[in-house]
Parts: sequence; structure tokens; C-alpha cells
Amino acid sequence: MSGDTEDTGETLGTRGDIWGHCGDIWGHRAAPAAGMSSDLDVFVGNTTLIDEEVYRLWLDGHSVAEAVARRLRGGVLEREGTSVAVLQSDTRDHYRTFQMLERLLHVPPRLLQQLLFQIPPERQALLVQRYYAFDEALARELLGKKLSKGTKKELDEVSARTGVGIRSCRRQFDNFKRVFKAVEELRGPLAENIQQLFLLPPPLARDYAAIVFFANSRFETGKRRLQFLSFADFAACAQSMMGHWSQGALAPEAAEPDGDLPKSFLQDLKELKVLVTDKDLLDQHKSLVCSALRGKISVYNELEASFKALSRALVNVGGKLTHARDVRDFFVDLVEKVIEPCRSDKWSPGDLRLFLTHYTAAPRNLPGFRHQALWERYMAAITACLLRMYHD
Amino acid sequence: MPGKLKVKIVAGRHLPVMDRASDLTDAFVEVKFGNTTFKTDVYPKSLNPQWNSEWFKFEVDDEELQDEPLQITVLDHDTYSANDAIGKVYIDIDPLLYSEAATVISGWFPIYDTIHGIRGEINVVVKVDLFNDLNRFRQSSCGVKFFCTTSIPKCYRAVIIHGFVEELVVNEDPEYQWIDRIRTPRASNEARQRLISLMSGELQRKIGLKVLEMRGNAVVGYLQCFDLEGESGLVVRAIGTACTLDKLSNTSAFLPACNSPSKEMKEIPFNEDPNPNTYSSGPSTPLKNQTYSFSPSKSYSRQSSSSDTDLSLTPKTAPSPQGPRIFLFPSSPTLSCDSPHLKKSCLLLSGSSIKPLHSSHVSPVVLRKSVSFTEELLLAASGMGSGSAGKEGGPFKTLLRQQTQSALEQREFPFFTLTTFPPGFLVHVGGVVSARSVKLLDRIHNPDEPETRDAWWAEIRQEIKSHAKALGCHAVVGYSESTSICEEVCILSASGTAAVLNPRFLQDGTMEGCLEQRIEEASPPGCGFCHIPYDELNMPFPAHLTYCYNCRKQKVPDVLFTTIDLPVEAIVVGKGCLIQARLCRLKKKAQAEANATSISNLLPFMEYEVHTQLMNKLKLRGMNALFGLRIQITVGENMLMGLASATGVYLAALPTPGGIQIAGKTPNDGTYEQHISHMQKKINDTIAKNKELYEINPPELPEEIIGSPIPEPRQRSRLLRSQSESSDEVTELDLSHGKKDAFVLEIDDTDAMEDVHSLLTDVPPPSGFYSCNTEIMPGINNWTPEIQMFTAVRVSRLSNINPTNQTLNKNFNDLCENLLKSLYFKLRSMVPCCLCHVNFTVALPEDELVQIAVTAVAITYDKNQALQANKAPTEKSQQRASTDNEEQLQFPLELCSDPLSAQPFSPAKEVLEGASSHSGIPAAQRATSLEKASPLAEGYLRHRSVPSCTNSTVSVVKMTPLSFLPGAKITKYLGIINMFFIRETTSLREEGGVSGFLHAFIAEVFAMVRAHVAALGGNAVVSYIMKQCVFMENPNKNQAQCLINVSGDAVIFVRESELEMLPVQPSTAAPQPTSSAGDVTT
Repeated sequence: MSGDTEDTGETLGTRGDIWGHCGDIWGHRAAPAAGMSSDLDVFVGNTTLIDEEVYRLWLDGHSVAEAVARRLRGGVLEREGTSVAVLQSDTRDHYRTFQMLERLLHVPPRLLQQLLFQIPPERQALLVQRYYAFDEALARELLGKKLSKGTKKELDEVSARTGVGIRSCRRQFDNFKRVFKAVEELRGPLAENIQQLFLLPPPLARDYAAIVFFANSRFETGKRRLQFLSFADFAACAQSMMGHWSQGALAPEAAEPDGDLPKSFLQDLKELKVLVTDKDLLDQHKSLVCSALRGKISVYNELEASFKALSRALVNVGGKLTHARDVRDFFVDLVEKVIEPCRSDKWSPGDLRLFLTHYTAAPRNLPGFRHQALWERYMAAITACLLRMYHD
Repeated sequence: MPGKLKVKIVAGRHLPVMDRASDLTDAFVEVKFGNTTFKTDVYPKSLNPQWNSEWFKFEVDDEELQDEPLQITVLDHDTYSANDAIGKVYIDIDPLLYSEAATVISGWFPIYDTIHGIRGEINVVVKVDLFNDLNRFRQSSCGVKFFCTTSIPKCYRAVIIHGFVEELVVNEDPEYQWIDRIRTPRASNEARQRLISLMSGELQRKIGLKVLEMRGNAVVGYLQCFDLEGESGLVVRAIGTACTLDKLSNTSAFLPACNSPSKEMKEIPFNEDPNPNTYSSGPSTPLKNQTYSFSPSKSYSRQSSSSDTDLSLTPKTAPSPQGPRIFLFPSSPTLSCDSPHLKKSCLLLSGSSIKPLHSSHVSPVVLRKSVSFTEELLLAASGMGSGSAGKEGGPFKTLLRQQTQSALEQREFPFFTLTTFPPGFLVHVGGVVSARSVKLLDRIHNPDEPETRDAWWAEIRQEIKSHAKALGCHAVVGYSESTSICEEVCILSASGTAAVLNPRFLQDGTMEGCLEQRIEEASPPGCGFCHIPYDELNMPFPAHLTYCYNCRKQKVPDVLFTTIDLPVEAIVVGKGCLIQARLCRLKKKAQAEANATSISNLLPFMEYEVHTQLMNKLKLRGMNALFGLRIQITVGENMLMGLASATGVYLAALPTPGGIQIAGKTPNDGTYEQHISHMQKKINDTIAKNKELYEINPPELPEEIIGSPIPEPRQRSRLLRSQSESSDEVTELDLSHGKKDAFVLEIDDTDAMEDVHSLLTDVPPPSGFYSCNTEIMPGINNWTPEIQMFTAVRVSRLSNINPTNQTLNKNFNDLCENLLKSLYFKLRSMVPCCLCHVNFTVALPEDELVQIAVTAVAITYDKNQALQANKAPTEKSQQRASTDNEEQLQFPLELCSDPLSAQPFSPAKEVLEGASSHSGIPAAQRATSLEKASPLAEGYLRHRSVPSCTNSTVSVVKMTPLSFLPGAKITKYLGIINMFFIRETTSLREEGGVSGFLHAFIAEVFAMVRAHVAALGGNAVVSYIMKQCVFMENPNKNQAQCLINVSGDAVIFVRESELEMLPVQPSTAAPQPTSSAGDVTT
């Protein structure tokens, strides 16, 4: 055991000299270092004071001086009739408190158990919630990237692009990474795990689940043609995919973590290729869908023309998910091969919805197609993703 | 073998990583009491160890139980090298030693290390089995209750208030022993912590013995302090008021339902026949010493001279001749100065210089070299003796005086550390009495015989006693003692309020009822205490007397200064406010005797100026009385600092204060005149504004009703001062003061101008804020339960190259004002609120460095609720309370405290947490899901009546320096909390500099106090006080050290709103307390 290395400074025999009890108590005679202000100024309440405005400024990564400047602009001085010095002292106190709290905020259940700060439960919740809240622009940039040191080094550029302060970027990145590490190996629904480990409100936990899901599967989201998609779009897609595809969706005590899509399921998806490789099936599928949609859809001719291409794209996207490299292209493929063609043919979202409904339902009536349950599970997520992504 | 202490170590959590290789810790625990040590097994590789140890049993005598703290050390097991200490927990088991307090100590305690601070928590259960004590000559005093609260605790009534108890113990300071050079800072700090803990226990036990000798069963207003005398040692001393208390549980008709202390006070019933059971319930002790006992015989000799002879002896027996003593009294301190060269800085100029009335006092400054000090006091004392009494008040007053005197004369020191009293206890208040003495510290050679220190304090107390006598008073109330040490010089200070007390509370049943009735008739409750206790024709000091503005029968002074809280029955106009006088005086650096001499020469000037400032500021606010006055004189290497805090009020019984008039010295200069008149206008405006702010609009009384002022044209006062031990002399200065209603400030030089300016720099608190240093704010009584106790510390460098008194004064003044401003800003979300019990402490840790520590509580009040409307709920709650019985009241609090201690014990959860650390399952997740299923947790949820505990596993513990919690009823006192901590760092910068270091330390101290209270089953600390905060830094070496000493009373309180809901619940709630207690022991 390595022992308590912090104490190695305690060299025997020097104690009397350190504190100089032989007359020179605590270095009285030592000249104070030039320019060194030993000003001490602390305020500690039995109930820890939390100023929401200062917390915001701290979270945004402002220095004490910047925070004071911003508070001044906010007009506190006029409202409260106080001095800049008071504002500085107050800001420093809050910053110190937050710095001491940060260690606990990394493990929110400890914030509830710790004895050092007496904070009312609703305030604790607020602290955690604000600490883990993130800028969607930043999250959008980081979606699907590996949460590694390398990515962290690139945060300067991300900060410049998104307008989020660099310190705040780093904190948010660390939050993503911390959550990722904590739930990586866990079984069960991702969002629920996150909610329990980090005490986050359910919507925020779901967003984190999406971030973890993307980071885990490393979906490509940075391509130019995906730029029109927001973080919320991707988060919704991730939820649909986890909801319909993951093990947890079928059996809560499943063996694999929710962040990874179950291998057996992905393997099974290859079986669906029969829908496009078997020419008869493809033709029958097309005629079933077309007959159902005739007169109900404004882009019927275009549908007829592009059905085979669309169907191939929709089925192949799933078939490729077994290879990690191909998984990355999932969203690119959906956009390139489904959304863009439809958009250029001027499909309305309603048209797409109608098409997908019937496209999913039709194989039930295909003779010899034995994978209807798998197909519907697969298409449920694909449909949700496509409908979410089908906008300008 | 009178006691068995049982300790069980349950679990630890959040331990630090001690083995960097595995990121885990192999923790075990050593439990030590006295010389016996037990160890738990090593719990390998966990940061959340589950020891679940057997019961460790210590068989000890009760003397040891009182003295020793239980010492729990958490260590990391190391196969190859020495085990590393993680940290310690000291548990004072005293609360378990008396029956009415806690029965078990059980809960999570922060594991504290003096170098690293808090490192995880440990769950401990402690119990004590006490056997009957058959030893007649025992040295222990188990069973005596201690309270820091300076009033009769809420759920007790005082049968007898016996009086003053004091004790001190001395030892060598481990920090200064030779061994300290070869041991680690940690070992040194722990030795110090342990020693002070041991000395505190011993001190408490010795005080307890004195109480038992007096046949009391409790100490109220217990104040323990320690003096770090450096090389010469460590002194722990304590004072308190011995009482016989009776628990109120039987007298349910008078259950206090408190949302303002004023109500509570009235509800304390007095029993004229003392309860005969009181004595039998306590352990009977053979009296070793008859001095303290009261003989019930009424035949006593009134020997007022006996104590005076003591007094005259004091200087001769005083062992340290270097210490000239300074003392100063009067109640209406228009103080004067005693040497001609002081005249220049003397701002108070008597009116007689303008309008000479008495030829004998034409000169404003009359120096009268007078008889020796002792003679003077004898004169004063005899003045109030039999002769004067006959002259003045008729036989009744004489009788009263004799009765009181007889009760008090049996005591060596008729002092009371209480600041609030049962109604009727306080008959008259004379004024503030104080004494200071400068001493040179020498090494305490024999720690077992602390005679020197005892003699020093005895000397000072004698002085206080004689001052009180001079004011016609037999007793001193609101008494406190303090020290200030710099190198080898020490200033000892004592102060209190001279008073005449109602003997009914002081003796057991010797009083006739008829006399008491007459007392009550004679002094109306609203103003009686203001009436002068001394003889108006033979006044110990000159004062300006008028007939009482309330009853118009008795004489009152024009101003009243006291150290006590505002009596609840006092009639006050408007609101009160915090008034501070601040002062710096430069002093040459000197050694030993020369230093002591220069300090003692400066002291009277400082006292004088402090009083002047107080008086001016009081007038500026249009008020006429000060309560809670506390004057602190701090000595540093090159300066002295004085800080006086008090709460100013307008007492309806006293005359309206006159304004302040400015007089210029050079009337020829036109611009100067203009300037003066401008200043005068500013002062008048300020007074008018303050009157509006504090709502001071007393009813106008026509002059003839009041009667003409008493023919006492001279407003003089005097300062007694003994310059040295060999030649005690009293110089009396006489400043005449003719014009009744104006207070003249003469501006004769720039200094005086500065002083006037500084008067005006005190900014009133922002709107919505009030502040006071007393328990309650006069004029506000609709408090809400929202409170925030805080401690703020500032250290500032007074960095002037050539400092002068003026610039230092300004710096010091700014420092205090800015600190107050900062507090108002921080607490702005609580508006409308009042800062109560604002307690400033000044220290001079180094050259040019000033340290100010403030502890106070902010309480929000309801602005909209009209004050009159407050009366109705009061009566209602009284009726309600009277129908409840005490047993029922116990339940909700057991409920709210028990689950909190019981919940962490939920065995399922603990086991899971332990298991999860191996399997990698998130503990919190599993624990929460299991907790939902466990019947225990369900029960907890069902019965829980405190919403604040809803989502948190940690119980909320309120802390307040006040003796009460607004909107709540204290149902049980669990024992005294008295804790001493040292924190040291050798990585100051890394810990966030001095501010980061101290911020964390204060937060840790709060956390440890809360944890101890919660473990006792309590949910609040009342009468909390930070008695010491010694901070030292050495930035060049990146080091700092801090010592903090805090105390208070652990209590259980119940919200009044919950009391109302209570009657619905008892049947379902009844089994809960026992079942959860069972959980604790598993």
C-alpha cells in the first residue's frame, strides 16, 4: 500500500522551525511577499446559500472578474444599492462554494448523502439539473464522436463554432464522458440508469441516453448533408432505435447493455434482405403497397417509379448494421437514399407517413415471408426516425 | 464500577482511496476510551466498509466518563509498513450521563483529519449503562445538566437560581512542548484537540460538583473559553449560573407555545413553594464545603463591610503587580476624562461652559484628586447602606433591599450569567459595570494549582462586585468574562449589569407572600427595571434623573446601558437597531512590563472614547437605552482595538433624548461657520430620518405632568482608575452638563471634525433589514420559521506606511461597515428580515492584520401580518397547548428524527452497497429500488411528518445563536455541544488560498456539529456560539493553521403547525419510536 503520500512533507525535526514557535510565531518577522494580499474573506451559512445567477455564470465558465462585470451590467448595484467590493466578495464566496460542490456534483447521489453542505432537496435538484444541462449546439457537434482526449482537444474549435465558452465546453464534455463511463457497462434501460445514477429529470436523462447511444455506436452525424438535423432530431431517433431495437425493449433483465444494439437482432436483420433480393417478393411488395396507396397519396407516380430503390435502401440500411464501419453510415444512408429522393420528388410528410405505414404492413400478406415480427420491430424505429428527420 | 460504556462500529462510507494501486482502502477502526483500546477487523478493499462490529464494552468509573472523550480512529491496514490514519471522531458522551437527555448516540459522523479535513463518514452507536453510585466521596457530578442558553431553558422552570459557578484548569500547551519538534503536525494537533477535550470534561465535572454542593441540578448560561497563552500554557475556564430546574412535563397547563420568546417567558410558572422532590431526585451528596450552601435560617448579619474588606485586601494579594486595573461604570455614561491633556480630544463639553450655573464648577473639567480607591468604594457602599435606604424609599424598599442582600451576601460573587429572566426576577437595573486588568503571563509551574489565574479572576470579580455595590445593587446580571492575549501580555475583562433582584428566586421558600405582592405593586412591570436602585441624594455617580415617563412615581436616569437582553415586559417605542463603537489606538512596540504599562495607560482613553461614540450614536438614532452591550478590547503588537456592540432602543419609561449640537471653536471664520451649520443640519436630518426609520414616535407628554426635573443640575460622571497597585488613587473628573436636552459636540480641531464625520458614516441597513445583537428585535414579533445562521470571517491588512489613529479608525470603521453591507447583500433574498444576535469578534493576529468574525442569524418576518393580529394566535396556541399533554407531543419529533438515523441503517441497503462495490452494480440504483420495497422504508414514508426530509437521506439540523426557534417549540434538551477543532495545511495555495482553506474548515465545523446533534436524535442547536477562531498563516511557506471552538445546546423542536395536526396521529405513530430504536441496535 502506498500510504498517505500527501504527508511526506512532514519531515521529522522541522516542526519547530516551520511554525517558528521559538519566538517567530507563524513567520511574524518574515516580510510579506511583495504584492501579496493575504485578504481573507469568507461567508458560510448553515444552509448553503446558492445564488442562481452566479451559478449560471460559474457554469458558463466565467472567471470571477467576468462574473462581477456581468452582474454589474445586470443592474444589481442599482437594485440593491451596494458596492462593487461587496459584489466581488459575494461572487468569490459563491465560486468557492461551487468549486467545493463540484466534486460532489460529479456523483450526485453523494450530494444527497454528504454532510458538509446543508442544502434543501429542491436546491440540490436544481444544482444537479443545471450542472448536467447542456447546450444543444455543443451536443450536436459531439454526437457520434468518440468521447476521448483527442476530441477534448478539438473543443477549442467547437467552442468557436458554437459560441459556448471553452471552459463550459470542457465541463459539458466531461459530463458526457462521465455519464458515458458510468453507464457503459450497465444492463437495463439506458435512460433509467442515467436517471438513477445522476438523479437527472427524465427528459434530461433521455437526452443523455441519446448522447451515450451515439457515442457508443459512433454514428456519423457531421457530414454536410446531415447538417439540417438538430440535436433534438437525433435524440428522438436514438430513443426510437433504443426503444424498439434494444434488448431492454424486450426483456428488462437482458444480458447486454442498452447502449449496444443486440447482436442477435442485427444478425437477424440480414434475413430481411430477402424482401429486395427475391424479385418476386419485391414485385409483390410493390404491388401491395401501390394498390393500397393509389388515390390516397399525391406523389403516386413518383412512388411507383422509385419504390424499388427506396425499398432497397430501407432494407439494406438494416442489413449493414452488423459491421461497425457500416453502422456509422446509418443516418447518412437514410438521408441520402430515402429522404433526399423523396424530398426531390416533393413528397409531403403525410405522404411519407402513409407510405411507410403501408410499406411496413404489406409483407404480412406476402406468401413465404416469415419475418413479419422482426420486420415490424425494425421498421418501427426506421419509420420514427424518417418521420422525425423529414424536414428542411 | 459505576458505568459501562458500549460502542458499536457499524459501517463507513465515502472513505478516501488509501491504496493508489487498487484505488481502494483496507479500513479498520480503533475505539479508545481512557487507556483501553479495541479494534475492529480489517474490512478489505472497500471505500464503504461494513464492519458491523460486536459491542465494545468499557467498564469505567463516572469520573472518567465525564472527563474522557470517546476516541474513534479509522485506519488503513498496511501489511508492510505502519498503518495510515484516515481520520478521527471524538464523541463527547456527556449527554448520555443524565437521564433526561439523549439515551443513545447513533448516526453518521464525519471522519476528521487535522491535515485533510473531512474524509468520509463512519456510523457509530454509543450507549452508557450507569450504575447507582454508592461512593460518598465521589469526584464526579453525573446528572448535572448544562445549558449554554442564557435564560431558563424552555421546557424547564426555575425553582431556585443559586448563582455563580466558576472554575478553571490549566495545562501545558502540547504545541509548545519540546516533543512537538520531533512529531508530525498531525500528532501535535491531535494531542492538542484531545487535551482540550479532556480539560473541558474535567472542567465541566468540577463545575458540576460545585453545583451539587449548592444543591442545584443544572448550570444555565454555561460559557467555557480557552486561553492560548502560548509558552506559558493553556487555560480552560468556565462560568455559569447554578440553578435548580424542574421539568415542565407535569405542569402541562403551562406548556410554552412559542413563536416569540416574550410569550414563553410569561408562561413559565413560578412556584412559590419549592418542589420538595427536586432534591430527592438528584443524587444526594454530602456537602464538603458549607460556603455555598444556604442556611435556611433567617438570622443573618448584614455585613456589607465584609466584602469590602476583601476588596481592600485584593490589591495586596494580587500576585502580579504589573497589572493596573481599570474599571469604569456608570449606567448613564456621560463619561469624563481624568487628565488635563485628554481635554483636547474630549468631545463632550458640558453645558455649564455655556451657561455656568454653579460657581464651584465653572471650569468644565474639575480634577479632584480623591481618597484612595478602597475608601471611595467603602463610601459608596455605605451610602447605599441602611442610612440611605431610610432616607429614600420608605420601609418597603429597605425591606426589599435587606431581603435581597441577605440572599446574595452568602455568595462570594452574586453574579448571574443569564441575560433573560423570569418575569419579576429583575427589580431594578443600575447600569453596566466592568473591570479590566492587564497581566503579564508567566509559565504555569504547577498545573494542579492554578492559583495565579484564579487569583487574577477573583480580583476582577471583586472589583465588579464593588462597582455593583456602588450602584446600590447587590447583584450583577448578564455577566461575562473574556481575555485578549498578545505575546506575553493578557487583558482580562469582565462586565455585567448591576441589578437588584427579587429574592424569591434566590432562596427556597423563606419569603412571605405579602412582601412579594408589595414588590409587584411597587414596580410596574413595564418600567420597574428602569427605576434607579441607588439613592438619588447620595448617588454613587452623578446622573440626570427624571420621574419615570411611564408610571411617573419613581426616578429614572436619562440613559440606560445594560449587558442583558431587553426584558420582555419592557415597554418600547418603535424598533431597535445595532449600534457599534469602533476604535483603534496605536501603541509602541514594547516588551514585558513596559508593554503592560503602556497598554494600561491607553485603556481608560479607549473606554472613554468607546462610551462617547456609543452615546453619540445612540442620540443620533433618537434612542435612550442600550441592551446587550459588549465591549471588546483587543491587544495587538502595535495597537489596541476596541469594538462595542449593543442594541439601541427607545424605552418609553426614559426621557426623550435631546439632539446633538455642534459648537465651533473659531467663530470669526465665515466659511467655517457655514461648514458647522451644514454639519449641524446633516446631523439633525439624520436624527429625523432615523426616528422615521425606527418608528420612534413616543407620545408627547406635557412637561407639567412629568414634573420638574430633579434638582440635579450637574451632569457629571467619573472614571475610576487605579494606576498601580502600590498607589491606588481615584481621580474624579467632573463635567458639568447644564442644558437638559442638547448634547454638545465641540469641534476644536480636525480630529474632532473627523469624529463627527465618522458618526455620520454609519449607513442604516437597506430597507427590509433590521439588525440587533440581542435575542429578539424589539418591535418585531411576527417571525416566520425561515432562519439562516452564518459565520463570516474577514482578515484585512491595515496597510499604511505611517498609520495614525485617525486613519486606522477609518480603516477599521470601513472594514466593519463593509462587512455588514456584505451580509445585507448576501441575505437579500430573505427580506424582510432581521439579523439577530449579531456577534462581532476582533482579533489582531499579526502586525497590521485585523481579523473580524461575525456570527448571527437572519430571520425572516412577516411584513403584512399586523402586530396586533399576532396576539390572537398566541392565546389560541396557549389554549391548544394546554389541552395537549407532553407524551403526545413527543411523537412527531421522534418520527422526524428517528427515520433519519434509522434510514441509513436499513440493513438491506448497506449490504447491497457493499456487494455492489465488487460486482459493479450501481449501488444507488439498487439501493433505491430496494428501499422502495422494504417495509421499513414504507413505514417511514407513511409516518413521516416533516416534508423537508423527503428526498434527502441527511437530516436537517438547524443552528441558531438564539435560545429559541421561531414558530417552533423545543420539546427536549439533549445536552451541551462543545467542540474544538484544529485544521492545518501545508498546501495553502492548492486548497484555494486562505479563503478557500477557512471556508472549507468552517463548513466542516458546521457539518460536524450537525452530525453530532443528529446522532443525539436532535434537529437543532440553539444558543450556538463560535467562541474562538484563531487563524494563522504563513504564505511564504504555503501553510496555515486554524483553531475553532464552538458550543451550543442540542435540542429537539417541533413546528407549531405540526403540533396542530398532531392529535389525529398518535395511535398510528405510537409504535414507531420503539421499533426504530430497535433498528438502531441491530
